Amino acid sequence: MAAVVHRELAAEAWRFYGPVLAIGALVAAGFAAFVYMETNGHFVTGMDNQIVWGLPHVFAVFLIVAASGALNVASVASVFGRTQYKPLAPLSALVSLALLAGGLAILAADLGRPDRLVVAMTHFNLTSIFALNMFLYSGFFAIVGVYLWFMMERRMHRYTGTAGIAAFVWRIILTTGTGSIFGFLVGREAYDSALLGPTFVVYSLAYGTAAFLVVLDLASRWDARAFDPETIAKLGRLLAVLVAAALYMTAVFHLTKLYMARSRDVEAFLLVQGGIYPLLFWLGQIAIGGVLPLVLLYSPRTGTTRGGVLAAAVLVVLGGLAQMYVTIIGAQAWPQPIFPGWQESSSFFDGEIHSYAPSLPEVFLALGGVALAAALIAVALKALRFLPESCTDSSSQQHTSPQARPR
Amino acid sequence: MSDAGRRGFLGTAAAALAGVALAPGIRLIDLAGARAPDEPASGKVRWGMLIDSSKCATGCTDCVSACATENGLQDTGRPKTDAQWIRKIDLKDLRSGRQHSAPVMCQHCANPPCVDVCPTGASFKRADGIVLVDRHTCIGCRYCVMACPYKARSFVHENLSAQKPEVPRGKGCVEGCTLCVHRVDKGGTPACVEACTSAGHGAMVFGDLNDPASPIAKRLKELPNRQLRADLRLDPGVRYSGV
Repeated sequence: MAAVVHRELAAEAWRFYGPVLAIGALVAAGFAAFVYMETNGHFVTGMDNQIVWGLPHVFAVFLIVAASGALNVASVASVFGRTQYKPLAPLSALVSLALLAGGLAILAADLGRPDRLVVAMTHFNLTSIFALNMFLYSGFFAIVGVYLWFMMERRMHRYTGTAGIAAFVWRIILTTGTGSIFGFLVGREAYDSALLGPTFVVYSLAYGTAAFLVVLDLASRWDARAFDPETIAKLGRLLAVLVAAALYMTAVFHLTKLYMARSRDVEAFLLVQGGIYPLLFWLGQIAIGGVLPLVLLYSPRTGTTRGGVLAAAVLVVLGGLAQMYVTIIGAQAWPQPIFPGWQESSSFFDGEIHSYAPSLPEVFLALGGVALAAALIAVALKALRFLPESCTDSSSQQHTSPQARPR
Repeated sequence: MSDAGRRGFLGTAAAALAGVALAPGIRLIDLAGARAPDEPASGKVRWGMLIDSSKCATGCTDCVSACATENGLQDTGRPKTDAQWIRKIDLKDLRSGRQHSAPVMCQHCANPPCVDVCPTGASFKRADGIVLVDRHTCIGCRYCVMACPYKARSFVHENLSAQKPEVPRGKGCVEGCTLCVHRVDKGGTPACVEACTSAGHGAMVFGDLNDPASPIAKRLKELPNRQLRADLRLDPGVRYSGV
């Protein structure tokens, strides 16, 4: 039985360099936005002393969370023994690393003193979730890097399962850490919940699988590789389960918040009265990112088609961005109660709903991070053998044999 | 006078002169509780403040102006991004209509969330309870701004000029009330407290919470007072009375 062959992206020059140039232009725009913001200071952005984390953080946290989940396909193959996904496992690890790099680049570029990044790498306050996350992120690069090497190096194949388990455990801890950035903020009523850690883990599974599906689809369109409808349908069904789980966590999180009198006002703001935030929650996170993908994925007509699964994946990504906007910016828009029970007003906008409108540099910085992830994936696909030559049913079957592992 | 006698006289005279010259300084440090520049902050002291809102005049912003002058905070005309280390919060009880006003600044918590979350340790608490930001290690991530329940931290959003040498500030770092540490270390009181006292309100008392004989400790014993967001158990060094 022949082994599945992985090949570099074989698109002709113009077909490859056209999209890469567009991606490169976006990376350059992101870099220009970074220089502009750092030269002038953050007053040129929509962020201020009320909304201190803005659109760049929405995209950065989304990318970091999706990075963890993008490893799903590799984990399913290595940890849960679903061999039909093995041909896709290297791409899964690549997408995971690229998304994390894109997200972290945005966070670093948004720092007030990015020139002191080395300080962040040498001074650690271990009670800080951020400091712990720095270990988790660098550890993730190392573990997934090794995992990828084991997958792509025939001599190391026998260790792939062990590396896969390590990567799986590590990413669950990593995403718990990302959710806990917000969960442990006791001074903000929209957060202050240990549920945010596990909720982010479940979100990551859905967002990452969706992001992986989008990349897989685009990459195989790039040089017109055959696509196995059965694999796509199965990944679609996996996505559906994860989207349903994300909806469940969302329901539990908000219902527990609503049960507690102290957080009812902020919940009313985020879910009903808060203008853009309820709109993004109900239309973005719930309808576009949850219900509609479920309808598409469970409908007999669209659930098994490539177009249907791709559409659902794109919607889950959009819903995820809406969720991050509500979680990060909506929570800051709600004023912090310093004298609970009293109506507050001050020159520092106490007691007021804070407004936020992202500026153009923030938009470019955010998109620049996405583009950086895309650029890393594109270059890796062109230079190394990540994509199976064809994702056909027969090739999937061949992977059940021990000789048929990806190179 | 013999050589030996002259040397002895000169030695004694020099010692006496040095004693006369240094004694007032040493006595002053002793009297005011100030510490020498190379002496570390003492854990025996817990600096704190009592704010009596019943004496705080609505509309009076003397403490805010004094803070801005002392620390070189400038009004750029962009209030949403300008730093505010202290602000007056006007309070209204919606049921009774009762109104109050009180200044709010960094509460110098014993368990400060800003210190817990700071990735580099730039946010730190001194042994004497003053919570500060090390401007050399702050990377400007604003996690402390997210974590502070009192909205006491500001991020510097633009280039600054003409900073005061004793109050280091700069674009891209986070900052907040230092309890005028540069004055306190010399035995002084924070500028806001001084301004409030000068204006005759006496709504702000500063001192050592650990010293039972200090005026602040005595007032805290007499007046019913509270901590802001006491539910969070942060043990702030600033206490409020009358609200």
